[in-house]
Amino acid sequence: MIPLGHYLIVSAILFALGTAGVFMRRNLITILLSIEIMLNAVNLSFVAFGRAQGTVDGQIITFFVMTVAAAEAAVGLAIIITLYRHRESLNPDAFTTLKW
Amino acid sequence: MPETLVFYLLAALAIGASAMVIGQRNPMYSVMMLIASFGALAALYIQLDAPFVAVAQIIIYAGAIMVLFLFVVMLLNAPQEDRAEWDRSHPLRQPGVTRFGTLMALLLVIELTWALTGPGRAVESGAAPVSSVREVGRVLFTDYMFAFEATSILILVAMLGAVLLARREGEQP
Amino acid sequence: MDLRTAIQLGIIGLTFFMLINASALLVLAERKIMGFMQQRYGPYRVGPHGMLQPLADIIKLLMKEELRPKGADKWLFTLAPIISVTAAFAAFATVPWGAQTTFFGLLDEPVKLGVADVNVGVLVVFAVTSMGVYGIVLAGWASNSKYSLFGGLRASAQMISYELAYATALASVVMLAGSLSLREVVDSQSGVWFGFIPRWYVFLQPIGFIIYTIAGVAETNRAPFDFPEAEQELVAGYNTEYSSVRFALFPQAEYINMATMSAVATDLYLGGWHGPWLPPEYGWIWFLAKVGVILFVYIWVRWTVPRYRYDQLMSFGWKILFPAAVINLLVTAALVLYFNA
Repeated sequence: MIPLGHYLIVSAILFALGTAGVFMRRNLITILLSIEIMLNAVNLSFVAFGRAQGTVDGQIITFFVMTVAAAEAAVGLAIIITLYRHRESLNPDAFTTLKW
Repeated sequence: MPETLVFYLLAALAIGASAMVIGQRNPMYSVMMLIASFGALAALYIQLDAPFVAVAQIIIYAGAIMVLFLFVVMLLNAPQEDRAEWDRSHPLRQPGVTRFGTLMALLLVIELTWALTGPGRAVESGAAPVSSVREVGRVLFTDYMFAFEATSILILVAMLGAVLLARREGEQP
Repeated sequence: MDLRTAIQLGIIGLTFFMLINASALLVLAERKIMGFMQQRYGPYRVGPHGMLQPLADIIKLLMKEELRPKGADKWLFTLAPIISVTAAFAAFATVPWGAQTTFFGLLDEPVKLGVADVNVGVLVVFAVTSMGVYGIVLAGWASNSKYSLFGGLRASAQMISYELAYATALASVVMLAGSLSLREVVDSQSGVWFGFIPRWYVFLQPIGFIIYTIAGVAETNRAPFDFPEAEQELVAGYNTEYSSVRFALFPQAEYINMATMSAVATDLYLGGWHGPWLPPEYGWIWFLAKVGVILFVYIWVRWTVPRYRYDQLMSFGWKILFPAAVINLLVTAALVLYFNA
């Protein structure tokens, strides 16, 4: 008998960790990983809510989130590769000019 | 109770691994820790009577997306870059925006914990579990038909975008 | 502990033991068949007709010195082979290998032959095998050597590309059977058509079976798709820097993956333990025979077909195999809808 709130707290902590990662880290790959953590935190709360309601809608929205995560990872990593080719760096602070 | 114990273990594993993801400089270790976190989350989904989501989590996240990340980390061979002079100080002691972000994240945790604690009803108390894959598929292809089709377009666009972006200039596709 | 629990534990132990033995037996079989194909004897000195060669190999590997390159990543270098072999063993956990049996009236309720029966078994096998790639990729990265790094890179790209076709081929069979449980898929293949053709899905899904087998070869990194360890180009690829037990775990994982792949192919396409002449209690003999035939084909292909070029591998996977799998899936879906409606 685990209260719904406990799942939501786990989800909230994960989301906060992801947010902190996006702000703190100075590496584009780690920033993308932090975004994945945030998406997963949201997934967890969707599944927990779905379970509490007794419907499959929570699970289905999770699939959509996964699809978005896959698309985001593909495009994000492609952008990272392109940026790295130009600047030989993964530090977001290195990309301050709009033109090169 | 064993269930509760398992829940706390898995939650601790998920949170600890996620903390490790953002707490270190080597992207390779970050990716590995994130995979561990996904594994713990998949186990939590099983506990929530959603085995299909759990398996999809492993297949899509851990089996495909993370391999893509590993591929890029290895391709760029980037870990040395992160230790350059701008990143000497510990992330938590960096000035300006980062400190603000950390503060915001901490506030978020405190706020949510405050908002969500309290007796609350058990997650199992609401209704009977719907775990059959057949039911998931039926709802996905009827009620969520439009969203499903929109996702396919999203994937197509992402695929084209990734190919276009990662292509070297002047190279013919 | 009652009799039933004991028997179930025994089944789990037997599966584990058979998997360990499979890797040893397959090494011997591979060398013997290779020898036969190249018109020589193969291993012949140890034991009668070289039958004890695997034992000698194991002792030799255990006695070697364990080396770790200076620049290697300490943790991941050790973790990589462990991940590899753990994923290989775990993947077999949901593969059933025999019909329900009471052991000739020993038990009141029949037990299922197989470690576990999960209602999303097909997906679990797929998920766990897709974890195996991390062993290879990490080994490639942690060794801190160019050849290993190239091996790991190739493994990750190859696995992602071929997993798509593999999963699509699986989906066609799941649609036909209407279940994600491997045991139910097998049981839906019992019986015969027109009195003599067994109702195996290989006859309904010939293209799917071929796609599955090709993708399976690529997933297990066997020739002609053994790019992660292509010895002419990359020394030994991801396991260049490994020695002793840590090295031994990689080939072991590869052979166990072969066995799993063949067992899943048998369950999905070849009717599992269903076959003529034998009573259901002895269905596992059919199962072993079918797995043996597929494993022989694996070895046969390895020593017959030359290795592809890497870009050919990628364009074959994306431009031929995956579209073929998708067309197969669509046609199957349409036919299932037409005949079931």
